[in-house]
Amino acid sequence: MLRSTGNIVQRLVQKVWVYWILATLLACGFMGYALTADRSPAKRIFLPGKTTHGHYQIELDCHACHTTSFEMKQDACVGCHVAELKQCKDTHPATKFIDPVNAQRLKVLDATNCLTCHKEHVPERTYPMGLSLPTDYCYHCHTTIFEDRPSHQGFAFNSCQTAGCHNYHDNRALYENILVKHFGEPDVLENPHVPSRDYHDWLKSRKQLGSPLTAADQDSKLPADEITTALAGWLKSSHSTAGVNCSGCHQPPVEVGDTEVPQTWSESVALDVCSGCHKPEAEGWLGGLHGMRVADNFPPMQVCDARLPMKSAAAHRLLTCNSCHPAHQYDTHLAAVQACLECHNDDHSLAYTRSSHFELWTAETNGKSPAGSGVSCATCHMPREEGAGRIVVNHNQNANLEPNEKMVRSVCMNCHGLEFSIDALADPQLINKCFEGSPAKHIESAQMAKDWFDRKQRERQERLNRRNSQ
Amino acid sequence: MISLRTITISTALLGIGCGALATLAGCGSSETVAAPTRASEAAKTEGISPQTFADSVHAVMMADRTVYAKHVVTRLKKQNAPVAPSEYWEDEEHKIPLPAQMFRMGAELVAENPEAGFSYALKSKWPLNPQNKAVSPMEIEGLEFVAENPGKNFYGEEKIGDKTYYTAVYPDKAVAQACWECHNNHQNREADYPDFKEGDVMGGVIVRVPLNK
Repeated sequence: MLRSTGNIVQRLVQKVWVYWILATLLACGFMGYALTADRSPAKRIFLPGKTTHGHYQIELDCHACHTTSFEMKQDACVGCHVAELKQCKDTHPATKFIDPVNAQRLKVLDATNCLTCHKEHVPERTYPMGLSLPTDYCYHCHTTIFEDRPSHQGFAFNSCQTAGCHNYHDNRALYENILVKHFGEPDVLENPHVPSRDYHDWLKSRKQLGSPLTAADQDSKLPADEITTALAGWLKSSHSTAGVNCSGCHQPPVEVGDTEVPQTWSESVALDVCSGCHKPEAEGWLGGLHGMRVADNFPPMQVCDARLPMKSAAAHRLLTCNSCHPAHQYDTHLAAVQACLECHNDDHSLAYTRSSHFELWTAETNGKSPAGSGVSCATCHMPREEGAGRIVVNHNQNANLEPNEKMVRSVCMNCHGLEFSIDALADPQLINKCFEGSPAKHIESAQMAKDWFDRKQRERQERLNRRNSQ
Repeated sequence: MISLRTITISTALLGIGCGALATLAGCGSSETVAAPTRASEAAKTEGISPQTFADSVHAVMMADRTVYAKHVVTRLKKQNAPVAPSEYWEDEEHKIPLPAQMFRMGAELVAENPEAGFSYALKSKWPLNPQNKAVSPMEIEGLEFVAENPGKNFYGEEKIGDKTYYTAVYPDKAVAQACWECHNNHQNREADYPDFKEGDVMGGVIVRVPLNK
């Protein structure tokens, strides 16, 4: 009896070993696959922590940021963000710290390395802005600030960038000269309006605009009765008025040697085709949250992948050009508001239709007020900016957020005074209400800059008077 | 001695004029020797000493700076041209960089060029921009020296972090009226800053060459 029990136990132990070895082999195999398989969802088991709300979309492409030995790539950050750092006239570029005398300073805070302040996969230290950022980094170098700017005495050492006054990189709307220049402006400027789009005129001036086309000119390869809706949309669109025929998008020519040869007819239109005429817009889109997956050769983002609240009905929509610009209906009014609200379901988005911005937009779209007087979602999140020799709608919808002072100059100051703009953007409750109401508090930075400049001017005048009287 | 790469670069810089990289400078001028001749002679025989290298690149900087200050900035000012230099040139219509900013931008381009092999900066005991204040003890000593000893340059070796540098400081003198007028009337100047006149040392150009020590 005892002997047979012993045998059973022995067999069981042997089997456990077998199971254990099998399980180990399976686990090793799975991990080996996860490690080596390109962009496999299995890779998620190796993520050391939740990825930030920007990078999570491409988190399966470990090598976007890491080398094959999983060290950080030298150009991991600037590889994607260099253009925006240049555009924002970065006040702390790495080149500023290359002077050897900064060696001691860099020991305290290595300002030449993005990772000194920004870490990925550390959700417990990641702020709503989407990155980790110590609050006290300014003071490590600007230790004499209280002597240099006596007005700053009494300020908390970690309040520089949390009080609506300073940023590390982008201070275009916050530096002293602009604060003084726009000091005392009214909350709403005298002639509030956004810049007009000028692509049509720009093409015309370069003699690149085709002649307007009619229904008789259409060159679709499909039977006429199959394209009734498409034809009606196209006839109303700027494509037909700019001479862009069906084949321009569905059968675009490719260069073969010195000649252009039409491709085979395609019902779908690839991003590259849109990009042929709308390059800056396509590049902007690829740089933002909407298009960054496509930029990194992933399938397009699906609405349900978003971390912001989205409408459940839109959950399975894919983000492509056609998401906001439905084929043949290139109605920018639709793209500027309706397209956004079909998906976005957060407080700020939902409050828009109750805001005075929306009233202005409705008045414009109804023809009751002039073009450029309305404020749509796109007015603020896809601003019209100068670029490529014309006004370009920046399709990177998060380029002027994070920090949101980035939108002060390109957006708010078209209509509002600088101080009001800074105050409004520093008020999270007001943002939630889509700016319906007044800012809760006033940021003193413009007044402080004005006082500082006035004092310096007074001292200068006294000096000149003394010199003249000598 | 400095590295072969640095010597090669210095020779190349001198050979092609180095306009784009070692560009331009602030308000003033400094004494230089006939560096290109000395550098090329030295190169033929025993290599280029750190001092010759520093003198040579400094000569290029000064030449380009002088052209900008005298033939661009002063000329525009004299003509009351619609384009004028301004500290906030990037943010204003029809403005161009101040000479000191041009100099700084050139220095930053050199700094980010991994092949340059040296660095330089324009600093002063009386900086209008706090970023142009001397930092290392040798910079402070050098700026003091060139201010107190008109016509002389300052040379020395200093250790910063774990690297040793050959550091040369050249006096930066007031040459164009626009320069000292602007500095004397600038709102950022401190009460104890001197009133500059023609020929005064307003600051110093610091050329720093890493040594293989």
